[in-house]
Amino acid sequence: MTQAARGMGAFDVAVIGAGVVGCAVARDLALRGARVVVLEKAPDILAGASKGNSAILHTGFDAPTGSLEHACVQAGYREYLAIRSSLNLPVLETGAVVVAWTEDEVARLDAIESTARANGVGDVVRVDRAALLAREPNLSPRALAGLLVPGEHVIDPWSAPLAYLLQAMSRDAAVLRGTELLGGRFEAGRWRLDTSAGPIEATAVVNCAGLHGDTVDERLTGRRHFDIRPRKGQFVVFDKAAARLLGTIVLPVPTERTKGIVLTPTVFGNLLVGPTADEQEDRERADVDTPTIEALLEKAADILPALAGMPVTATYAGLRPATERKEYRYRHEPELNLVTVGGIRSTGLTAALGLARHVGTAISGETHRTPPSDAPSLAVPVLAEHMARDWTRPGYGEIVCHCEMVTRREIEAALSGPLPAGDIGGLKRRTRAGMGRCQGFHCQARVAALTAGRLAVPMAAGRCDD
Amino acid sequence: MTDGPRHLSCDVAVIGAGPAGLSAATALARAGVGTVLVLDREGEAGGVPRHCGHPPFGLREFGRVLTGPSYAARLRDEARSAGADLRTSHSIVALLPDGRLDVMSPAGRIDLRARRIVLATGMRESSRAARAVGGTRPLGVINTGALQAYLHLEGLVPFRRPLIVGTEWVGLSAVSTCLRHGIRPVAVVEAGRRASAPWPFSLFPRLAGIPVHFGTVVQSIAGRERVEGATLRHADGTVRTLACDGVLFTGAFVPEATLARTGHLRLDPATGAPARDAAGRSSDPCVYVAGNVSGAARSAGWSFRDGRAVAAAVAADLRALPRQAQAAGDRPREREAQP
Ligand SMILES: Cc1cc2nc3c(=O)[nH]c(=O)nc-3n(C[C@H](O)[C@H](O)[C@H](O)COP(=O)(O)OP(=O)(O)OC[C@H]3O[C@@H](n4cnc5c(N)ncnc54)[C@H](O)[C@@H]3O)c2cc1C
Ligand SMILES: Cc1cc2nc3c(=O)[nH]c(=O)nc-3n(C[C@H](O)[C@H](O)[C@H](O)COP(=O)(O)OP(=O)(O)OC[C@H]3O[C@@H](n4cnc5c(N)ncnc54)[C@H](O)[C@@H]3O)c2cc1C
Repeated sequence: MTQAARGMGAFDVAVIGAGVVGCAVARDLALRGARVVVLEKAPDILAGASKGNSAILHTGFDAPTGSLEHACVQAGYREYLAIRSSLNLPVLETGAVVVAWTEDEVARLDAIESTARANGVGDVVRVDRAALLAREPNLSPRALAGLLVPGEHVIDPWSAPLAYLLQAMSRDAAVLRGTELLGGRFEAGRWRLDTSAGPIEATAVVNCAGLHGDTVDERLTGRRHFDIRPRKGQFVVFDKAAARLLGTIVLPVPTERTKGIVLTPTVFGNLLVGPTADEQEDRERADVDTPTIEALLEKAADILPALAGMPVTATYAGLRPATERKEYRYRHEPELNLVTVGGIRSTGLTAALGLARHVGTAISGETHRTPPSDAPSLAVPVLAEHMARDWTRPGYGEIVCHCEMVTRREIEAALSGPLPAGDIGGLKRRTRAGMGRCQGFHCQARVAALTAGRLAVPMAAGRCDD
Repeated sequence: MTDGPRHLSCDVAVIGAGPAGLSAATALARAGVGTVLVLDREGEAGGVPRHCGHPPFGLREFGRVLTGPSYAARLRDEARSAGADLRTSHSIVALLPDGRLDVMSPAGRIDLRARRIVLATGMRESSRAARAVGGTRPLGVINTGALQAYLHLEGLVPFRRPLIVGTEWVGLSAVSTCLRHGIRPVAVVEAGRRASAPWPFSLFPRLAGIPVHFGTVVQSIAGRERVEGATLRHADGTVRTLACDGVLFTGAFVPEATLARTGHLRLDPATGAPARDAAGRSSDPCVYVAGNVSGAARSAGWSFRDGRAVAAAVAADLRALPRQAQAAGDRPREREAQP
């Protein structure tokens, strides 16, 4: 790796971290013609905050008006919709409804509505109880009123960043996985970066290290300009049979601290309830606990009574890279050729493309960039249930994961190409193998055999004849 | 472009080629009900016994003690020689009203119409997620079904020192499977006060020197890449962590009832299985339910006998129907596309 990295010569920009933000930043800069290198410490991309979220493409209706977050969420939203067909990316046009369950919450809908209008989201509609239940007949009749936000959509949180990075790679970006940034010095207008795979030189650096953004900040500047305080969100995924119970994202009236527990369809044809908001120190351990899972199940059945007794497919948690302050911790230090994109807490999936354009403009000094229509198009695997999945096309060899209908052809594709899956998580995010209702009862051994020798950590502990 | 589906019809379509489906198909073919098509999504027919490397299977059915794989082979041979048409690598994607099935095979999609359908899709053990066990999600957390497939189908070992959860017969069989492959369970835990499997089988892990903890549940699983340990909570409230490199969740069977749950069949709210009457008929008069998918969690021999009993009901039902014009022979017929 060291030799390879050296052999590639010096880079214009080094992006630290291949979360959704780093992937989008790499794409933007590569499309501007920059020679980009992405350093990711994990065996695969999306190893941090970006591996577990609610997958909602936000309109920014509730963002702090006039903030960078507001601007980037909306720019990201627009660009996603503009590029998605050329990248084969799904969108489920669910709309969302903020539901008021108490008179007090009904009163707060006014303020939410005026923020939405101030934020340029003008198509919001107040709905009364009857209209709510007409739209979502399975919703608990305890719902009092709501605010419909038609533009809130659901996307695939993993194929999108993968597509951004592949597009960057098609413009010669280098992606070094298993490569941790350890330190760096800025001298004579260039960065000399010290990495776990040897030294790398780049003119500019963009810190997109998410949950480790403050650590990377310190390793580069000698100072922590902010502190990451991970905020965990736990989720429960219901069986696909639940999907027909709900078509719209159901949001609560938010509190100061969190957007609250959401019930949302997914592009994979599931129904999701979560996330919670639990502060913790650990930046890696995205664990769930039984009492929280049980509380989420109860909450879900409160909102949608038909969910009582619905089988659970999976539980997971994601860690938000929150900081001591609410806003994005974006910093551009021109004298250091350094941009820090820190504290992208709870809207980064949507804002990534907007943040990327902001960074690209800052580094290149130009707002202009190759229009999306000129960017190389490429097709990432389609995992969305409402689109034509691979198994619908004959010649797939074998269906390996029956619950999610994952074919051997898909698994082989995910293990090859310019950015093959680096670990089991990466394989799951690229194919959904093992992510269905049986959680690998039927397919795990087969997947272990198909991936033997291909992943950083093998699925099996050994062979029978060892 | 994908071509449209092939349109096929048959007299009876059996979904699932496990002991129940294969015994039903054998009995139906022998009863001369016309074309009997057995569809299974796996590459080989036989169901769960295919990967049960151990005896005893087949004592009552075939009068001898067989291992799972040879029992499965025997079931296949019988069904074929009776005249049933076995199609593997055929996934049923949807079960629709009026005896229609949406089927996918590597060669393409099939719109299948059958006069009667036997649903025999078996059961599976519930996953760690379905049991709401906390912790991280490292490699090495699996069910017995996967353990057997690792060992017997792929020649791979998923872990070396697992914690085993559950003392139903399948949990005890998992202990013996482990020991035969040099895997040393660190302990067996059981939420109940005593073993689920009957004495004296329940003594087996202790005899093998493996500690058994009753009134104990797995609270959470730790580990980043692979399992590093499990936190146990005992009935008296004490909590302790046990080092292990895997957690095997055994038993707690749930019916593999997706086709019913996502389709139109009525479910039994207690078991989540498609409801059936004494003859095995579901809420759709075209569809019968056989074997473990009925919510039973019983042995292969029971499933075999259940399949045969359901087949008798299906055959009687078909005989009572006005005879429709149909081509002779045991091959499924191509038919015109129709709405
Ligand atoms: C529970 C939850 C729900 C959410 N819901 C939504 C939603 O519905 N819609 C939405 O738009 N957003 C949502 N988000 C927010 C979104 O997921 C995050 O904003 C986004 O993932 C942040 O991405 P990132 O790239 O900044 O960070 P990360 O994903 O953490 O990426 C940082 C990467 O840098 C790597 N790295 C760290 N240190 C180093 C180093 N020293 N050297 C090399 N590499 C390093 C890490 O391994 C990691 O891959 C949600 C988040 C959570 C947790
Ligand atoms: C780990 C384990 C160990 C066991 N050990 C023993 C033992 O030692 N002795 C014993 O007597 N019993 C044992 N059993 C129980 C025994 O395997 C079952 O009783 C028996 O297999 C049930 O038969 P079945 O035909 O109902 O279902 P299964 O054997 O489960 O067969 C169902 C079939 O349906 C297919 N199928 C499912 N969905 C679809 C679909 N949508 N499309 C197409 N095909 C589909 C499956 O591929 C499968 O082949 C064990 C079970 C397990 C899980």
